Amino acid sequence: MNGVLVVMEQHGGVWSRMSFEALAAGQQLATKLGVDCSAAVVGEGVAALATELGGKKLAKVFAVEHALLKEYTADGYVVALEQVVKQADPAYVVLPHTYQVRDFAPALATRFGSVLVSDVIAMGNAPNGGGPVFVRQLLQGKLNADYKQASAGPCFVSVQAGTFRSDAVEAGTAAVETIAPKLEAGQIRSKPGERFRESAQTVDLSAAPVIVSVGRGIGEQENIGIVQELATALGAELAASRPICDNGWLPMERQVGSSGQTVSPKLYLAVGISGAIQHLVGMKGSKAVIAINKDENAPIFEVADYGVVGDLFEIVPALTKAVLAAKG
Amino acid sequence: MKILVAIKQVPERDAQIRVAADGKWIDESDLNYTINEPDAYALEEALQLKEKNGGEVVVVSAGPERVTSTLREALAKGADRAIHIEADDLGSRDTLGVARILADAMKAEAPDLILTGLQSDDLGLGQTGVVLAELLGIPHATIIMQVEVVGSGLKVKRELEDGWFQHVEMPLPALLTIQSGGNKLRYATLMGIKKAKTKETKTVQAAAAANGPALVLDRVYLPEKQKKTEMLTGTAAEVAAKIVEKLKFEVRVL
Repeated sequence: MNGVLVVMEQHGGVWSRMSFEALAAGQQLATKLGVDCSAAVVGEGVAALATELGGKKLAKVFAVEHALLKEYTADGYVVALEQVVKQADPAYVVLPHTYQVRDFAPALATRFGSVLVSDVIAMGNAPNGGGPVFVRQLLQGKLNADYKQASAGPCFVSVQAGTFRSDAVEAGTAAVETIAPKLEAGQIRSKPGERFRESAQTVDLSAAPVIVSVGRGIGEQENIGIVQELATALGAELAASRPICDNGWLPMERQVGSSGQTVSPKLYLAVGISGAIQHLVGMKGSKAVIAINKDENAPIFEVADYGVVGDLFEIVPALTKAVLAAKG
Repeated sequence: MKILVAIKQVPERDAQIRVAADGKWIDESDLNYTINEPDAYALEEALQLKEKNGGEVVVVSAGPERVTSTLREALAKGADRAIHIEADDLGSRDTLGVARILADAMKAEAPDLILTGLQSDDLGLGQTGVVLAELLGIPHATIIMQVEVVGSGLKVKRELEDGWFQHVEMPLPALLTIQSGGNKLRYATLMGIKKAKTKETKTVQAAAAANGPALVLDRVYLPEKQKKTEMLTGTAAEVAAKIVEKLKFEVRVL
């Protein structure tokens, strides 16, 4: 058991944008440990993608090819990757923390008696030695935790979106090896349908230079009006965290976060948003963040440039008034 | 259809969190606990499936004595029975260890369907459901928004990233992890609370952990700030004026 294996993600021949972040993480982990890094791509007709990986600093590229891997299924991926991991025999398996990885990687790790260290935000050295520690967030981001692999099996790690930079991937050359895993139709128990969107997206939050976003702290649907007024005064798009859209208070298309849109405006003004991990991954690329929240320990303040601890019902109307006055 | 719902009890969302003296977990002394929110959506989905298709809803939770209050609430909302897996050492068991004691308790029930939340609000590892399905040898699907019984199986709506979805069909028995927002959560009625007192809660002992954990939580601590946050203080009007200054001269959006 040696080295790092990165499992890349692709859909229909197109890379998932988080794949190269995972590759960067894998390369950095390998450098830290002084071991080799390899990568695998799974699907049908992935030769071109594997060739692209051949231009990266890797010991080996595994093109995992099978007709039954054309469409993603948890069963197909677990059966195929179990064979790949056994053949490559890595000490660490690094994956992007995507919805697809969340669907199959826990089962894959179970087959090796391991537990996936999911949604990792940093890799470090244990203060008391004994292998690397992987840092993840607890309690919606209120605390960090160091995790350590204790079992003999390979250590499975998935990395959070935006934690590693895809442009940090090192170039090089690597040989491509094609693996044809043993897989039969009868092993795949579920039948996936086409991917679809509910309705045409009419709001493109990613293009908005200023976003005012509202969260649970607003309390009631009727109260959203005061945040809308602030957004209008600033010429901003109104957005929300997931609970607001779950309640049907604003349409789903205004949701920012891992299940909604990813934004990086000049200004992101967060009103009554605590800053759960799933929300932060959708907005932490913003140039400037202002947060208004009653809880001084809210994780949103971790990523805010300016913070206000206080009652949004007093501050937001006052701010709307001040903005309108400033605009004359 | 017999539906089992795996429920976790977690600290309340607004709880003031302090790191415990040993730095290994949080100080639990003054905490209030509640149902893990995604598990509340799993329970809601189970209750609606029962209303549509008939059957039984059994809620299952592992943990110390205090988790029975969360099970009682689930009974008051309409679950038929509860199983409490008594375990005081959840903190020293990893996902695999917890999934094993859930699997032990669930096997005997021979359910058609197992539902649970997609992740917990405290650890957030998001994998107990998938590992449980793997241990039980049944198919699973994650991050599910809608469940429909079709013939002898299921058709589910799976959430993907960036506003995309996908339907997946699968046979029963199966396990689904439920995303929040698919349904509106119900409240327990007075009648429900009364009725809950007559419903059965079975207590089973968790088997001792067979081997040590595969994954160890070594240390918890407050995150280091990624950015230097300038806190703006004063009355609402003063704060508003300070923000406007920043918007004009620093952020330059006014």
